[in-house]
Amino acid sequence: MKKLFILFSVIASFALIGFSSAKACENKNDVPLTSLSAGFDAWKVVTSAMEECGNFTPTLDQDYKDKIVAALDSNPSQYALAGVSASTNVSVLDAGLTRPLDDLIAKHGGALQDNQKVTINGQVMAIAMMTNAQHLFYREDILNDLGIDVPTTYDEVIKAAKIIQNAGVVDYPLGGTFAAGWNLGEEFINMYLGYADTFFDENMPAVNNANGYETLKMLKKLTEYMDPEYLTSDSTYVQQQFQQGKIAMANLWASRAGAMDNAEESSVVGLVKFASAPTTIRGGKPASTLWWDGVVIAKNISDEEAEAAFKLAMVGLDPSNLGESPEAAPWISSAFDPAPSNIGAVMTAKGGAAPYPASAKMSTLHGVLGNTLPDYLTGAATAKATLEKIEADYITAATEKGLL
Amino acid sequence: MNKKTFLIFTMPSFIMMVFFIAIPLFLVFFQSFHFKQDILEIVEREKCDPFGCKTEILKVPVLDEKGNRSKINIWVGWENYKNILKFVDLNSIIQNNGYSWSAIQSIDFYKALRFTLTFTFITLPFVLIFGLCLALCVNNLVNRLKGPVIFITLLPFIITPVIGSLSIKWLFIGDGIITSFLEYILEKDISVFAKAWSIELLVLFYKIWHTTPFAFVIFYAALQTVDKDRIEAAFVDGANRFQRLRYIVIPHIMPLIVFVTLIHLMDAYRVFDEIVGFSAEGFLNSLQWMTYDFLRLDDSGSRYIGRASATSMLTMIGIVIILIPVLRRVFKEQKEKRN
Repeated sequence: MKKLFILFSVIASFALIGFSSAKACENKNDVPLTSLSAGFDAWKVVTSAMEECGNFTPTLDQDYKDKIVAALDSNPSQYALAGVSASTNVSVLDAGLTRPLDDLIAKHGGALQDNQKVTINGQVMAIAMMTNAQHLFYREDILNDLGIDVPTTYDEVIKAAKIIQNAGVVDYPLGGTFAAGWNLGEEFINMYLGYADTFFDENMPAVNNANGYETLKMLKKLTEYMDPEYLTSDSTYVQQQFQQGKIAMANLWASRAGAMDNAEESSVVGLVKFASAPTTIRGGKPASTLWWDGVVIAKNISDEEAEAAFKLAMVGLDPSNLGESPEAAPWISSAFDPAPSNIGAVMTAKGGAAPYPASAKMSTLHGVLGNTLPDYLTGAATAKATLEKIEADYITAATEKGLL
Repeated sequence: MNKKTFLIFTMPSFIMMVFFIAIPLFLVFFQSFHFKQDILEIVEREKCDPFGCKTEILKVPVLDEKGNRSKINIWVGWENYKNILKFVDLNSIIQNNGYSWSAIQSIDFYKALRFTLTFTFITLPFVLIFGLCLALCVNNLVNRLKGPVIFITLLPFIITPVIGSLSIKWLFIGDGIITSFLEYILEKDISVFAKAWSIELLVLFYKIWHTTPFAFVIFYAALQTVDKDRIEAAFVDGANRFQRLRYIVIPHIMPLIVFVTLIHLMDAYRVFDEIVGFSAEGFLNSLQWMTYDFLRLDDSGSRYIGRASATSMLTMIGIVIILIPVLRRVFKEQKEKRN
């Protein structure tokens, strides 16, 4: 399914390029350049503007993280530019595959804001272009008809789900990106951060506690109101469930918000509204993590290529370009005037949701979570056994990596 | 054939086998006793991103002067195998719960082993029987129809496994055509991908559907070589259809039944694409899927080569064990022939 989605996104990106009103690019690019990034709408907006300048071939691939390290590690690098998330940035940064951008910013980066610069020990290593977070999507019409207030806590979500289920207006009250693997791991991390602040005690995992137990229980409660096939349900699947009017609420990525009002795909145009991710404790912080996506430039390319790549990236990230598609993502840009579809992400950030604690340790735990949780949700393992297994598997994995 | 000619003839394949089988196998074997790690150092660094600045103490890989991560291979003995087989945990589970399958399956390896063995041995008889039935049916068709029927029968085998499993998945997942149809007929909500047993049935069905044509084509070819005179003689002697099949046809094609069994066991034991294609990783786990999962890069760009190598070795040992009875039979027959 993933492969097909890639194909679909590549075709979609071509279609988008074909139809977008061709803006003339002011700085023609004459150095052949390539890029690798994820394939969601925001990247289409950025890379299609860059393509107008010529000599540029983007690769939009939802599985980009599987190849980014190997691709940038070769010399010369397979791609001049790469799109990274808060978490994949760790992999290229730790491997020393990206170059500092301070000189290039001084020359060509006048339009950048300070909060776009991702710095490590004072050196700019990446340019952030958007934030992303999972937050509440809900069908306003259904909630209004049934007289339900927009839920702000997960207990309210469950209550609302019960009412919606009894009313029988949609197939399933809730959707969720609960696909086994990375998605499910992310759900746990989001929910856990609603109860607690940290996953580790020094180097050791610290999730086998009351917070971990509450997190598991809440995740399981949510699944009772979902399509029973939730363990195969990824972001695209949840997006489609919304678009086809099958679900009423879900905690979904901000980068998917624009698609709700895409009249070509969606049968619920104008009906889906957005709010902050719910909290687990009344008055607590939203149970979600804040992500950023941005651009890095490979180290293993010539300085001329790097300069051309940076200039090109500035065209893609130009406020005027991003300002034309405010619905595509919560851009970080001076032109950013939150579109209605971005309000959920803004509120989640304002509510104090934690940034995703990206690190090698966290990636390891994330992988373990994604593999361990399905057994709990299907009922094959108890909460206690699951939490013990998470910690034991983490220790095994971290030992093999040398992290302990 | 004298020794020299023999050597000259076999040398190319011998060299190929060394390069493409023996050396990789040895490397996997070697790696399964090691941890491959980045050399790490503890650094304190200040990181600023759109959400603010913070100082973290992190373990990060040391880069050499060329800017590459320096790796080391640490000898760890049986550690990787221990981490997979988890005998200590297994022992305590058995002492607490007795030989309960569901408890033992909380260890990934045994869960994977259970499914791999089920998958291999449940599908085998179906593949053999359906393959033989199909071959017998097609053999009795009028000649004009044989070509088209053989072609259509082969289609499931021609399709790439991943594509085949994806298409079956889409027939059944969510509101797939077949699920919708069944829901319409039974007036019930059906979710095939919600329970481990229903996915498992679907995966087994898929494998039988996919592999039967292979058995069919082999058996069909074998049926062409059955001695017609013997069949006729048996017919004259009053043997019925079943007896002719039992005493003449099956003994004649027995070597090929053994061959199909051999190939199917090897092939099915490596079950992997089905789990990916059916997105069944939340429910099912196979030995090869474990290897694949260990080899997948996580967000920090690392993978578990040690444990991946160890599961590969265990898979190989498993294949050898289940092939022993079949291979022994083949050797015995060869020996009898030679005498």
